[in-house]
Amino acid sequence: MSNVSVDATESAHNENQPENNTRRRFLTVATSVVGGVGAVGAAVPFIASWNPSAKAKAAGADVEVDISGIEPGQLIRVMWRSKPVWIVRRTPEILEQLGNHEGELKDPNSEAEQQPVFAQNRFRSLKEEYLILVGICTHLGCSPQHLKGGAFEEIVEGVPDGFFCPCHGSKFDMAGRVFQNVPAPLNLVVPPYQFVDDATVIIGSEAEAV
Amino acid sequence: MNGFLAWIEERIPLMRVANMHAIQYPAPKNMNFWYVFGFLATIVLVNQIVTGIWLTMNFVPSAEGAFASVEYIMREIDYGWIIRYMHSTGASAFFIVVYMHMFRGMIYGSYQKPRELLWVFGMLIYLALMAEAFMGYVLPWGQMSYWGAQVIVSLFGAIPVIGPDLVIWIQGDYVISGATLNRFFALHVIALPLVIVILVFLHIIALHEVGSNNPDGIAIKHKKGSLPESEKTKYEIHEYYTSKYDIADDVLPFFPHIVLKDLVAFCIFLGLFTYVLFFAPEMGGKFLEHPNFEIANPLKTPEHIFPVWYFTPFYAILKAVPDKLFGVLAMFGAIAALFALPWLDRGKVKSWRYRCGLHKVNLIVFAIVFVFLGYLGGTPQENWKIIASQIATVMYFGFFIALFIYSKNENTKPVPARISK
Amino acid sequence: MKKLMFFLAFFVPGVAMAAGSGYPLDKAPIDLTDKASLQRGAQLFMNYCLGCHSMQYQRYQRSFQDLGIPDDIGQEYLQFTGEKVSDYITRAMPEESAATWFGAAPPDLTLVARVRGEDWIYTYLRTFYADDSRPFGVNNKVFPDVGMPHVLQSLQGVPHEAYEEVMVDGEMVKRGIGLKADGSGSMSEAEYDQAIADIVNFLEYTGEPSKLESHKIGKWVLAFILVLFVFVYLLKKEYWREVH
Repeated sequence: MSNVSVDATESAHNENQPENNTRRRFLTVATSVVGGVGAVGAAVPFIASWNPSAKAKAAGADVEVDISGIEPGQLIRVMWRSKPVWIVRRTPEILEQLGNHEGELKDPNSEAEQQPVFAQNRFRSLKEEYLILVGICTHLGCSPQHLKGGAFEEIVEGVPDGFFCPCHGSKFDMAGRVFQNVPAPLNLVVPPYQFVDDATVIIGSEAEAV
Repeated sequence: MNGFLAWIEERIPLMRVANMHAIQYPAPKNMNFWYVFGFLATIVLVNQIVTGIWLTMNFVPSAEGAFASVEYIMREIDYGWIIRYMHSTGASAFFIVVYMHMFRGMIYGSYQKPRELLWVFGMLIYLALMAEAFMGYVLPWGQMSYWGAQVIVSLFGAIPVIGPDLVIWIQGDYVISGATLNRFFALHVIALPLVIVILVFLHIIALHEVGSNNPDGIAIKHKKGSLPESEKTKYEIHEYYTSKYDIADDVLPFFPHIVLKDLVAFCIFLGLFTYVLFFAPEMGGKFLEHPNFEIANPLKTPEHIFPVWYFTPFYAILKAVPDKLFGVLAMFGAIAALFALPWLDRGKVKSWRYRCGLHKVNLIVFAIVFVFLGYLGGTPQENWKIIASQIATVMYFGFFIALFIYSKNENTKPVPARISK
Repeated sequence: MKKLMFFLAFFVPGVAMAAGSGYPLDKAPIDLTDKASLQRGAQLFMNYCLGCHSMQYQRYQRSFQDLGIPDDIGQEYLQFTGEKVSDYITRAMPEESAATWFGAAPPDLTLVARVRGEDWIYTYLRTFYADDSRPFGVNNKVFPDVGMPHVLQSLQGVPHEAYEEVMVDGEMVKRGIGLKADGSGSMSEAEYDQAIADIVNFLEYTGEPSKLESHKIGKWVLAFILVLFVFVYLLKKEYWREVH
């Protein structure tokens, strides 16, 4: 690999400057492009490695929950994708309340896409009785408290039940709808879910469209 | 846009530094194959730092979690295995290019005046790199990690009086344990990389002050006013160099010429590197040793234990001496002798091209002895190897002694005044 | 003191640690792309090995996916430990019993193919032989005095060292001709060898599940580097042609 040797034949062609420059420019651009593709390719493993690991993805699979034991008015928590998911069995009284304070809500008709299509109703649920929500405040990710049996009256007058976020005071009703004048911008998220039978719900996927 | 760049340049001299140390740095045009390894070492250093940072994201530095977390990276993280193999292959690649780089320095006399400090900084990098590699090898917490650490740390026990206490202090326990793993982790990911990066910076600053050597060992910088205009370089060289010296027509600017040459070498290197990475990451048990796929077991030593291949020449010297203390001294002496090379070589001529025949023989024998010691240190002990490693150890040191003697009054060939003539 | 002994063991010649038996290893006829073999190997492993040996760094689901087994089928026929398909492949035997039953806990086998090599395992599992002096009544050619029973005896039958009598210098001499099973197993010799190859294939897979993908990606990366090399080389020549 001796670079000092003089190549007489090559230097003789050197006067052909314009062609030489075109060739040089072409090679520079081509090399840069190929090198750039290589750099992007080399970055792929590093970027991809920040995805949830195979184990985390497996842990994020659908969760099957037995709901037969939930008392009326009770809330149970289950984990889905490492997030708290609430299942509340609402009493007829609670369901009745939902219509009374719609004027105080930011998005009473659930127009923002915070729920599967099947839950875009007043009750934000598939079956009126069961409310299923991701228990994470849409403001900055705290988990709101469930205040029931009149405890919520101290927060919002005339509404006995609801969710209150201790971090920044956001308020939600018993359909996870956000009240006005609080920092949270959106209703609580309804995860995709489906009922296998009356006693079992699968969180994480919707029933196939019939 | 130009106004903006000028605004920046007035406040921080980015372009000036880039021009001075990269773009308009004068490099001898006869730099050959041997001159690409410094560039490659820098690339590997960057690779080790980036992949190392990424591995740290999932590695668990504890005796209970380390081994499993490495397998977690290999199995559960998307492309985690590529990142891990890049790091493990990179470790061996680092030593390959560094050994080539050092041997280049030896054959072309790149350690001689005025490059003594440049060589010393290089040797310090090599020393820090050995510490870095050793501690990194402990982290996966396999059998070789554990027992290798055991042997190497025990070496300090050979120091008279304080030895045994020193070993316990280094371990942070009465044996190699989770405490040892944790401190090695801290040193491996923070302290030593910082030291290495700073040393590399100093190495390059020192290089650019004295200028690159070349296969002929001919100076490219000449006293100001000593060269006629026709013999000065036509290329644009930074005034930092041209204001102090006349730069001969023997140089090329670092960019684009030298960079392109280095990139050609880089592509070849990358081909070999990726071949190992994707098709032979264990490299027959040399880059990743088989017993290290078994979790560390303080009760059971593997049948044969060796350090990783890049330490085996020194390990063979250690084993060749039948006394523990003198064995350790011989091993460290072998490294110290390299440090002293600029002063052991009393010759005035740099490149082996113009030095006596004995010097060429001496260098080639030294290279063969070094590789042979590596073989002896990395294969199971046998009777003939005891004698062989003792002979090889004597020959290793013999290189330096012989050099010291014959370099005093050496018969050298005349060195041309200029590269292009 | 322990340290001193340790040093002696390494630095004094002749005091080698229990060295390998030196028994010649047979080449394991395995193929990582043979999904049927891998599936059979997984089935044998789960039925015969997992009782005592764990595979704790590998998850069921990952194995099922890579081996082309649907999750529900795998869970029904291959998963005997853990609850979810995403669980790690842990052994059935509790940790404490493992050590008391065998003296030492049987090692985890996730990476055994990378520790021992596939040929070693292939030969090891085919060289058990009856030896009444051993606690489990069997010994092994590759791993002398191994503390493991011949778990696959119901498949292979009881292997004995076989001899033939030959005439040497006018005298009848007994000469070893290897190991012969007594025929009480459910498999023929060829079937048994294939079954072992399947297990080894599966272990080779679990040692490095990324191997096939690695070879696939590697080819493309090398091809790309070749293209890059051509361009860089031409560009370098272009700039250096003016250098004399």
